[in-house]
Amino acid sequence: MPHRTFFWFILPSLVAMMLFIFFPIVSVVIQSLYVEHEQVVITSENCGPFGCQTETTVDLEATQELRDAQPLGRFNGLGTYLNRGHLAVQELGKAWSESESFGDFWSKVMNLPFYWALAFTLTYTFVCTPMVLILGLAIALGVNGLPKLLRGPTIFFSLLPMIVTPLIGSLILFWMIDAEGIIGKSLQYLFDDPELSLKASPTLTWITLIIYGIWSSAPFAFVIFYAGLQTVPGETLEAAMIDGASRWERIRYVVIPHLAPLAVFVTLIQLMDNFRVFEPIIGFSAEASAQSLSYLIYNDLRGDIQRFGSAAATSMLTIIGVAILLSPVLIRTWRDFNRKRV
Amino acid sequence: MSSVTAQKRSNTLVIVSTALVALWLIVAAFPFLWTLWGSFKVQADFFSKADWTHALSGTFTEEATGGSFTGRAYYGAWFQEDFWRAALNTMIVVVSVVVISLTLGTLGGYALARSGYRYAFWLLMVALVFRAMPHITLVSGYLLPFFEWNLWGHLPTAIIVLVAINQPFTLWMLHSFFLNIPKDLDESAMVDGCTRFEAFRHVIIPVMWPGVITTGLFSFLLAYNDFAVTAMLLAQENQTMVPKIASFLGSTFEEGNVMFAVASVVSATAPLFVLVLFFQRQIVSGLTAGAVKG
Repeated sequence: MPHRTFFWFILPSLVAMMLFIFFPIVSVVIQSLYVEHEQVVITSENCGPFGCQTETTVDLEATQELRDAQPLGRFNGLGTYLNRGHLAVQELGKAWSESESFGDFWSKVMNLPFYWALAFTLTYTFVCTPMVLILGLAIALGVNGLPKLLRGPTIFFSLLPMIVTPLIGSLILFWMIDAEGIIGKSLQYLFDDPELSLKASPTLTWITLIIYGIWSSAPFAFVIFYAGLQTVPGETLEAAMIDGASRWERIRYVVIPHLAPLAVFVTLIQLMDNFRVFEPIIGFSAEASAQSLSYLIYNDLRGDIQRFGSAAATSMLTIIGVAILLSPVLIRTWRDFNRKRV
Repeated sequence: MSSVTAQKRSNTLVIVSTALVALWLIVAAFPFLWTLWGSFKVQADFFSKADWTHALSGTFTEEATGGSFTGRAYYGAWFQEDFWRAALNTMIVVVSVVVISLTLGTLGGYALARSGYRYAFWLLMVALVFRAMPHITLVSGYLLPFFEWNLWGHLPTAIIVLVAINQPFTLWMLHSFFLNIPKDLDESAMVDGCTRFEAFRHVIIPVMWPGVITTGLFSFLLAYNDFAVTAMLLAQENQTMVPKIASFLGSTFEEGNVMFAVASVVSATAPLFVLVLFFQRQIVSGLTAGAVKG
């Protein structure tokens, strides 16, 4: 296709992506270098019969004026990145030099909001992704063994957790695990502990969120693997059978290599989606014991005082995280592409 | 002899795998059925302090309303709390997003599928990176400029933002569908005197409908399921369903308000249920199209 035609065809998409994906990223970069104005303070001295007192008051009008004139705030360089709410360089250094053991250091680091959120985000991503792959493959193998008539309805019900709005899905589970809900009550009965609440401890909350993550993403892996199973080469299977391969060997040496590219695809999508985990934290009201990077940004942006600088800095760090996560895939694709061209 | 043992082993295997599938089905479907059932009860039954079987028998529901099912929660959510307005907003947003992103996406996806140049590949890679961007990071880039230019709070703003966020995915999916259509088709049309656009419009689009419908379904899901963008970019009176449900949660201290949230959750899930019922095949084929080609 000539360059000219290509250009006109792609133009509308390109403009939309430039305006609303590329420029916001630029805007995030700029915002992250600024910080909100401090309040304008007036110091006045009141002298009365009992001596003089200095009084400080906030000049609301002047503050507002300053904010309107320079909505970005004042320039702060990399200050926001390094402060306690983000990379916390000073606090890290202090914790390192003062801590006696590694455990001590670790617990200090986990008290810093950014590292706490990073820890949850990474745990969630790297626990959910492999579990989703395994569970998805297991269900796909199971459904593949069902009689044809039952497969349709099975797929229908299996799709529901994936298709439903994440916030709604997490709310539905949240109400069930509530101490007064059906699962919460059953667990109390099972463990014989009437005070048991999944919301009380951070560990249990993390586990709940991860289970939600697996529940909502397993159907995706299942559908992909199930479709892959429909195209497993029949002759190869037969040949393996004649050569005396057991059922397990057939799965290990024929089916799994056939599904491997699909597993790469599922992993890629899952890494991207799990890394931005956000809605479940709101649905499960879990912000007290689990925060993700996306949640930190959301938290900065809502409320009466919106901290754009802080949100932007967290956003930048998140984007860098995404880039690191994607880099192996991008490098691989780039190599494949070059090999094809040669 | 050996064939008998092989048969036996596969029998236990069948039982194990069927049990697994049955267990999964319960895990996948039960929460929805339970919430649907519970939405017709009063709060004291669905969140029973004393005995969870009250949710089944509806003891308090009967006491409060006289029947074992009640539509109170639905009435409260839809009319007292104006959930109908949120539903209407959602409809406007979703339909516009689907129509606009398909229009832009088919043009772009077609160009990407037919151009063999290196930059087309790079554009796809950039789109992949854009797809990975957490939506909330983009939102933090929008807010300040939108406040400054008075764009914040309106439905069209949210629509165009969702279209743009959706574009990378739409491009990828349509591009892989277009790759399946033989090049000869549009080339022969062009030999017959069509321009590139006419060939696209009259020859390619008619055979592309299945791909377009599938991609449309996924655009629908993205717009419908979005929380980050609609919650942050829409003013209170323009709220769509998902942020509206989230706002119910803040006011759950009052007795009965939780049930408004339950009822609206069920109401918002119903369209998705119908969607899967009718378009199961397309959803499955759409998920796999990306995988097999990508």
